[in-house]
Amino acid sequence: MKPLHFKHALSDISNNRLLNIVSIITIAFSVIITSSIILFFTNTTSILNIWKKGVKVMVYLSPEVSNEDINEIQKKILGMYGVKDIAFISKEEALKVLKQQMKRQSSLLDNLKENPLPDAFEIHLIESSEVWEKIESLVSQVESIPKVEEVEYGQKWLARFSGIVYIFKLSGYALGILFFIASVFIVANMVRLVLYARRDEIEIMRLVGASDRFIKTPFYIECIIQGAVGGIIGLLLLFLVFSSFTSNVDQGITSDLINIKFFSFTSLSAILICSMFIGWFGCFMSLKNYMKT
Amino acid sequence: MSNGNNENNLIRMFHVYRRYGNKTALVDINIDIKKNEFIYITGPSGAGKTTLLKLLYLGEPISEGQIIIDGVNLARIKKNKIPLLRRKFGIIFQEFKLIPTKNVFENVALVLEAAGKQSRYIQKKVSSMLRAVGMEDRQNSFPLSLSGGEQQRVAIARAMAGDPKIILADEPTGSLDDDSAEQVIELIKEFHARGSTIIITTHDTKLIKKTGGRMIHLKQGRLWSPSNQH
Repeated sequence: MKPLHFKHALSDISNNRLLNIVSIITIAFSVIITSSIILFFTNTTSILNIWKKGVKVMVYLSPEVSNEDINEIQKKILGMYGVKDIAFISKEEALKVLKQQMKRQSSLLDNLKENPLPDAFEIHLIESSEVWEKIESLVSQVESIPKVEEVEYGQKWLARFSGIVYIFKLSGYALGILFFIASVFIVANMVRLVLYARRDEIEIMRLVGASDRFIKTPFYIECIIQGAVGGIIGLLLLFLVFSSFTSNVDQGITSDLINIKFFSFTSLSAILICSMFIGWFGCFMSLKNYMKT
Repeated sequence: MSNGNNENNLIRMFHVYRRYGNKTALVDINIDIKKNEFIYITGPSGAGKTTLLKLLYLGEPISEGQIIIDGVNLARIKKNKIPLLRRKFGIIFQEFKLIPTKNVFENVALVLEAAGKQSRYIQKKVSSMLRAVGMEDRQNSFPLSLSGGEQQRVAIARAMAGDPKIILADEPTGSLDDDSAEQVIELIKEFHARGSTIIITTHDTKLIKKTGGRMIHLKQGRLWSPSNQH
């Protein structure tokens, strides 16, 4: 690539402003749609992960459970997929904790003839989305162990939410791919229109001894510039919408529980490279067919 | 039409045919052209003059036969070598074929840019070519603001800028008034004097009488000479 090719590309852009603007708008639109999907899922995933860290599964045992049974149940649960660690909480320990929590009202518990609380296990899960997708099967596995009376995990909805996010994620990817293909085709058609408008010029260039490479390079530069400008405009607009959204959300919510972030520098660069690739690929598709003629 | 001395021949055509479906535009053409010759290809409209020129610069493919230009056999040339072949030519068209979105300077510079010349050389060469055709002061003008004669002078400057071995001119004076036509022919003669081989298609017999040169006559796609008219 020589400075001359850039000069030709820039002069081509100024000569075909309307077509270039249409291509840039298309790429910008595609970047906005795809990036907002990515942004939404990046944030929901990170929020889910924060919430998941605090989640534990409580396993309550039946009153007639023996010490041997407790050891056996512990071993079984520890061997299950997704379990990070497990702690046994005896009913005496649980009562002690309850008394501490009740503070002044703890005297109410003093009159109890026997301890009504069950022995229990507290299970901590591995922080992985896969585990979360299978949490319900883990719970039903634990429930099926004899002498296990009840299994509880406070944020049952979190597992359901994870599932919904997963389905949305898949449709988001599909939508992203669809927009990518659509923009490539639109850019390709724009290049085709430019080629058609400039067919005489290209013919003259060929007649004076210009190689295909000499003719094609400015087109590639033009389309990569379109991709870059479209990408920058798309990301800027998305950032403006994002900023106004986050500034309107109650600051109390955006605490440690919900921490909404924009793209990192690496992600921004990756999106920009993708939008430039859309330009290049659209150009490649059109030129490939045109230059054969 | 073939000459005996092969070494001096820049262009050789052997039994060349050009067909469009069932129609044959050129039939069994055999021509040898020497270096620095001045050739007129004449004949009525539809005789195949332009087709013959197009075969030389591979604007159209040869249906049958062989054309050898400066040692290159056009029947066997690879696609990526065609630009190199075309740089041996300077082509002048009746309808000028200048790029309307580029100014005079850029139109002439295009040939040198395509050949990969350095910008300093391009600057110098284009200025000298425009000076030679008397268009130096119009270098920033765009083709559509020029008269026909001026546009053809720019086209000549473009054709000559790459120092081509062969100048192909397809009816170069066809759309010009007499004065402009004379100027254009004078310019072409100047470049011939510098060593280029000139091939001009025309049906303007006055022009041929005025300038001289070898004449190749085509009639209904065949070579024709007064001796074979009966």
